[in-house]
Formats: sequence, structure tokens, C-alpha cells
Amino acid sequence: MAKQLSVFIENKEGMLKKVLNVLKVNDVNILSLSLADTTEYGLLRLIVNNPELAREKLIEAGFSSMIAEVVIVKIPHKTGSLQEILEILAEENVNIEYTYALTTDNIDASIVIKTNDLEKVRKIAIANGIDTVTDEELVALH
Amino acid sequence: MIWNKQSECMDSTTKKALQSERLVKLVRYVYDNVPFYRARMDGVGVSPDDIKSIDDIVKLPFTTKDDLRDNYPFGLFAVPQKDIVRIHASSGTTGKATVVGYTRADLDVWAECVARCMTMAGVTDEDIVQVAYGYGLFTGGLGAHCGAEKIGATVVPMSTGNSKKLTTMMVDFGATAIACTPSYLLHISEVLRDEGLLDQIKLKSAVCGAEPWTEKMRNEIEERLNIKAYDIYGLSEIMGPGVACDCEYHEGLHVCDDHFYPEVVDSATLNPVADGETGELVFTTLTKEGIPLIRYRTKDLTSISRDTCKCGRTSVRISRFKGRSDDMLIIRGVNVFPSQVEAALVDVKEVTPHYMMIVDRVGNLDSLEIQVEVDLNYYTDEIKGIEALTKKITHVIQQALGISAKIKLVGPGTLQRSQGKAVHVIDNRKLY
Repeated sequence: MAKQLSVFIENKEGMLKKVLNVLKVNDVNILSLSLADTTEYGLLRLIVNNPELAREKLIEAGFSSMIAEVVIVKIPHKTGSLQEILEILAEENVNIEYTYALTTDNIDASIVIKTNDLEKVRKIAIANGIDTVTDEELVALH
Repeated sequence: MIWNKQSECMDSTTKKALQSERLVKLVRYVYDNVPFYRARMDGVGVSPDDIKSIDDIVKLPFTTKDDLRDNYPFGLFAVPQKDIVRIHASSGTTGKATVVGYTRADLDVWAECVARCMTMAGVTDEDIVQVAYGYGLFTGGLGAHCGAEKIGATVVPMSTGNSKKLTTMMVDFGATAIACTPSYLLHISEVLRDEGLLDQIKLKSAVCGAEPWTEKMRNEIEERLNIKAYDIYGLSEIMGPGVACDCEYHEGLHVCDDHFYPEVVDSATLNPVADGETGELVFTTLTKEGIPLIRYRTKDLTSISRDTCKCGRTSVRISRFKGRSDDMLIIRGVNVFPSQVEAALVDVKEVTPHYMMIVDRVGNLDSLEIQVEVDLNYYTDEIKGIEALTKKITHVIQQALGISAKIKLVGPGTLQRSQGKAVHVIDNRKLY
């Protein structure tokens, strides 16, 4: 399991920049970022090296934000590897809410997965010999 | 055409004597039957014996919408509930509706007054009238309906919400008159145009009310539909539509002043202003039995004129409205108070009580957007969570206001904070 930082922002110019500025001045490093947008607002999802500090500082700066649990799954850099993992999850009836990619080292890639039952995903990963990334590993990436 | 020449063209001496007689009787009636008025009058040391003519009306205390709220629902009724045959309600300033009750005699007076207004608008028993105000607790639909029926016109109770059916029937039935809000009529004119039906209608006149509108809008309606449009005024507290209407000369609205006595006062000092000067319109219901109101403050700003109109009517005329002395908005014919929004949002824990209402007119129909700040402690990491919250607020607002609004969530702390009197409304319509 890993921690993801989620921030509610209005869909208007300069908002993303303001959020990123808060992270920069507090020395928070971004490992991955995904922005889900609608016409009026966006949800910014980030994997950072220090999510608790980031959340605290964002709230101080007036941004509604939260820490959400996600699973980060390592996938080899080869054709079809993501599809294979999703195949397994689909067979186990796991519904994916959202997903985005993350670079964890030079050889493999990783994807962030949010589902309604993260524990089940973790168990499925273990049973199928798929590596997941822990918070400790994320910190070690810096 | 004049519906009731005797009442509408009465000479001023006879009118004054009639108003005086009715006021004396009314004050005694409310003093004896409504504890609220007795206490109010006792409080300012006025007894029914002090009221000898209509000129003494200035001795009486004012009544406000808050008094109706404080006595919700039936506290100001002057008759036992068994004598009430109809209830209507409109928006209150907070969660509670403003409730009014009518006796059978009240309904007769109401139909009489609407009949006068519709006659001013040229409606006769030969006409087919589509009533396209909302039917229900709102007084517009049933009020216009009963007045048109009293004239003997063929009434088609369309209500609101189905423009296609309305335009189809307008053509198929050969409707000659329509009663609806002016903005809705402009919308209808566009539907007719888009469907290529404009040259197939037999419409001659429109009785438009329930919201403020400008001379420009009147011209637009008249040109587009090749009809005459008339301005009818009313408020549920006093009766509903039919309190006043303008005649073919459009030089102010003729008040049915044998039933509703108008005064115009300075809204700060509450002293009467001179004829022709702008102030707040105040009504006393001279003949109402169910819920008589003494010097009820409408908060509508207007001026008064007493000279005889070119049409021959002698009734007092009020000018086109110049605004409101409170923050009430009229959106799609529905009265809306910003305080209702505030009261509704208090129960939604995911948002702050800060909000901004943006009212506009898009394609002739009123639009309302309410920007609401999400609370700093609110969180979701899914779009569907935000959508669910938006939906929840939309529902809460719909329940509170009786009209739908587009809800836009904005970030914490982004809406203007109160510096003195908070600005909660941006009204981009130019209604006055």
C-alpha cells in the first residue's frame, strides 16, 4: 500500500501552478502526477516523497486535500505486461477507479491503482508474484 | 373595455368614502379576530376607535413578511380554519414558506380583480386563454385561471414546463390570449419561430407578470408575436396576480384600490412620500377575510399617481417597478431570498456557508448558478465523489428554493468574504 496526495482545484488558470508552488517551497518532490479534469474543477493526484507534510502545507495554503491509499504495482518494460496484470484483476472482479503511471527505476515501470478493495489487489499481486512498491521504497527513491 | 365601470371609474369622493368605510370595518375585524394585530395596536396605543377614515391609516403599524413567518402557518388568519377554502404559499426569507388562506368570498374578490385586469388586456368571453403560470401553491396559475373563467373566456390550464405542447395547442386551438411570465413568453416566441409556427398563431394579447420586466422586453414581445402585452402585478400575501394591471395606454398599473389600498413610503423612515416620488409600496387589504393584512410592506419600489387615466379609469396607478428595498430576487417567477440558500447550506457539512449567486438571462430564460466553497476539511480523491456532492447540494437547493440551480464547487477561501454587508448576488439581468 502507498500514500497518494489528492488535491481539489478549480479548473481555472494558475491553480495548478499555485499547488505546485506550495510543494516546491516545502521541498516536496513529485514522483508522479495525474490530473483528472471536468469543465469546472480538477482532482490532482500526486505521489510525493512526503505526503503528510505536503497535505499540511496545502491546507495551510487553502487547498482542500487528502491522503488516499493506493496500490503501486511494478510492471516490466515489455509489451503487454500492463494488460496481463489487468487481466488478472478483471478475473478477480476488481473494478479499477483510476490508474496512472509512475517511474520507479530504470528497468521497470509501475502503475498506481485505486480500487474499492486495495487489500484484495495486494493479495492478488502477491499470489501472482507481482511486486508492489511500499512507502519505504518510495522514500528511498530520492 | 372596462370590466366593472362602477368600481374602476368611481369618482374620488365616493372612492374615499368606500375605502374609509372598509378600513374602519377591517381594523375592528382584525382587532377582534387576530391576536397579533390586537397586540400590535395595543403596543402602539391605537384602538379601532381611532380609525375613522382612510386618512387615519397612517396611525396603524406596518406588517412584514417576517410577521407572516413568525406566525407560520395560520397565525394571522382571521377566520376559523373551516372557513378557509384554499391555501397558497410562496417563499419565505428562510426555510419556512409564507402561507396565505382564502375564504370563498376572498376567492370571489380575487377572480373579480383578475377579471378587471384581463379585461384591461382586452380579454373577453370570446377568447381562448392559455394560462401558462405554474399551477399549485404558487398563486399565478389558479389566480389567472379563475379570473379568465369569471370573464367567461375559454381557459386552457397549461401550467409551465412543456413549451412544445403549449405552442402546438396555441396553434391547434387558435388561442387568442396567454397569461405567463414575460421571460417565458419570449422563450415561447423563440420556440414558435424555430418551429415555423409564427404565422399560424391567432394570439392577440398577453397578460404577463410574476416578475419585473422592462419596456424593452414589452416591445420585443409585441414585435415578435405581433400582439399587445400587458403588465399584471400581484403578490400572494395580498392576493396573488390581479392586484394591479396596466391598460392599453401603459402609463402605470391600475390598482384595484377598492380592495387593496396602496401607500408609498420611504423605506428608511416609513413616512409617506409625495405622489410621483419613489418609495416602498405598502398595501392594506380592505375586504379580505382569510388573512387580512394591514399596511403590508411589499418591498417593491414604485411611485403613485392619482389623476384619471386616458382609459377613463380613476383608480390609483403605480409606476413600473424600480427595484426592491430588500435582497429578494425573482427568478423564473419564483421569489428567492439569498438567506434561503444560506439556511440550506448550513446542513451540508462538506461546504462552507460562503456562497455566490449569479443570476443571468440566457436565451430569455433566467439562469441561476450558485458557487459554493468546499470546506478545507472536505476530501475525496474521486471525481464521482465531487459529482455526488454537487448532486446533493443541487437537491438541497432545489428543495429550499423551489427552482433548480446550477451548483459550482469552488476552492476553500476563494469567495469574497464579508466586509460589512456581504455581497451574495450578482444579477446580470437588467430588469429595472
